[in-house]
Amino acid sequence: MPITIPPIDLLAVAPEIAVSGFACLLLMTAVFLKGKGGWVNACVALVGLAVAGWFALCQGAPRSAYSGMYAADGFTQFFKIIFLLGTGLVVLVSVKYNEEENMNNGEYYALLLFSTAGMMLMAAASDMMTLFLGLELLSISLYVLAGYARNRPGSNEAALKYFLLGGFAVGFLLYGMAMIYGATGHTDFAGIGREAARGADNRLYLVVGAVMLLTGLGFKVAAVPFHQWTPDVYEGAPIPVTAFMSAGPKAAVLAVMIRVYAQSVSFMHVDWLVWLSVLAVMTMTVGNVAALVQSDAKRMLAFSSISHAGYAMVGLAAATREAVASVAVYMLVYTLMNIAVFGILALVARKNEQRTKMRDFAGLARSNPVLAVSMTILVFSLAGIPPMAGFMAKFYVLMAAVKAGLYWLVLAAVLNSAVGIYYYLRFTVHMYMDEPEEKLPPVKASPALVVAIALSIIGVLLIGVVPSAYLEMAGRAVVSF
Amino acid sequence: MELLMFYGFGLLALFAGVAMILSRQPVTSALLMILNMFCLSALYALLDAHLIAVLQLLVYAGAIMVLVLFVIMLLNLREKKGIITKHQASLQVVGVAAFGFFVMTVVSRLNTAALPKSKAASAGFGTVEAVGRILFTDYVLPFEIASVLLLAAIVGAVMLAKSKV
Repeated sequence: MPITIPPIDLLAVAPEIAVSGFACLLLMTAVFLKGKGGWVNACVALVGLAVAGWFALCQGAPRSAYSGMYAADGFTQFFKIIFLLGTGLVVLVSVKYNEEENMNNGEYYALLLFSTAGMMLMAAASDMMTLFLGLELLSISLYVLAGYARNRPGSNEAALKYFLLGGFAVGFLLYGMAMIYGATGHTDFAGIGREAARGADNRLYLVVGAVMLLTGLGFKVAAVPFHQWTPDVYEGAPIPVTAFMSAGPKAAVLAVMIRVYAQSVSFMHVDWLVWLSVLAVMTMTVGNVAALVQSDAKRMLAFSSISHAGYAMVGLAAATREAVASVAVYMLVYTLMNIAVFGILALVARKNEQRTKMRDFAGLARSNPVLAVSMTILVFSLAGIPPMAGFMAKFYVLMAAVKAGLYWLVLAAVLNSAVGIYYYLRFTVHMYMDEPEEKLPPVKASPALVVAIALSIIGVLLIGVVPSAYLEMAGRAVVSF
Repeated sequence: MELLMFYGFGLLALFAGVAMILSRQPVTSALLMILNMFCLSALYALLDAHLIAVLQLLVYAGAIMVLVLFVIMLLNLREKKGIITKHQASLQVVGVAAFGFFVMTVVSRLNTAALPKSKAASAGFGTVEAVGRILFTDYVLPFEIASVLLLAAIVGAVMLAKSKV
């Protein structure tokens, strides 16, 4: 019996193909470079990301590809651009750091690209198969990247901890998927949604499955109470990897949550609303309160990234089109500002990451005023102070939540951002008002890092001043799904 | 008969899994894991998924576990004293009991809930031909992603294990 091969829509997955292809190319250039000229690897990675970005931009009309496994719509496109931008910034941040830490080889960038491909597949997944494989591609690359500074015990610990807990969480995710499949007989989100809306006899199985799915995804996005791994892993991993982990994967999981939520689980809207709201409040509060008492900047940023996931989940709980668009913009802004902050931290931490304490920022305003001003702009944006983009992003998310009637959730978010301002401003206080404890040569940013910081500051200011253009873009992207 | 075999293999798989964790000898653990994999493959066979059952035996119980055994023997691991103290042990008992109660509640509720009617398996379900056909038609994208996933895993494993970069 002949097999009829279904149409192969290469243009839809062209960004993933480009990214994976360039990752393979990096594995080969690494052989020819023999450990020298690490910047060539970074350039190859950047070219790969640019090519993928080009393909993502000319994706064409919204459609479903590969027998409903893959959704090539505006939503996918928007998130793909976020991921590619984030990975590009991380590559720029990595160049100098990796050279100093002697880990500037092709495999590092190849793994970054592989995990980017995984994130893009997650955002595009409209079937649990694609979702799971994308998530695994992302996670496995991240486990290795977390342990990339192999001579540092902290990095080894981070990798092992992340791997064990990540494997455990994936078990939950898979079991939840199996439950959902058992209850509906479908693995595609649309089919699950149809089946679930029809009958009530399988409702309990669906609820248990959905809770387990939420547990697995909550682990990946580091939502409280599934966040315990975050501080240790973020602290132990090399700083550029931490920057990468804190931005892209979070956006990817949120994209998945939005899609699962919108396409298949909306039939039990009420349940999800309660769960997501509780998760969001806990995530914001625990993240912020724990960040308050940290003296290590890397750990503090880890907790602050937890709280940011909480703000985004407020928008998720609101679940209107407007809210989803604002969450997408939030992830864009968050990616821009967070990676740049980690880039500056990598610079201040110096060789071997020995100075990651908050007070190591002391005197930065005098030794490198430009860097201090950049850092100030970025942390103001993280704290959500106008006119930076962080404020506008938060504002739109909260406004969408108000329109959806989630007043107490908005109240919690506002109180939390007030707490957040305190610990973000500690950076500024240290930089402008403290004297350094010891005399050190002033830090100097590498050209690549300057480009990365400049790009994100331009982005933060641009989105902060004219946010409506980006919100409209995200709104158009959301409409198509 | 089928039900009897299901319970037999299921209980054996559970026993092997628990004993694997409890055993202090790495080699014993590895052998128990092989037993676990074998029982799982029997369960797959009961589900008419013959190809998966054979692959489970060949790949997991065969290739991978033999490799694990080799590694354990090459590393020549010694028995290690556990570092669990009394206090932690009591906490563990409480935790296991609480989790067990939770699971029992959920399972008992699930048992009373009506299951959706299962569709009859199509003719030739679970054969090499059927799986191959579906892999190259409906599931061609996940199939390809799996290859990238394996490549990334290999690169990562080599990266972490290589003595000098």
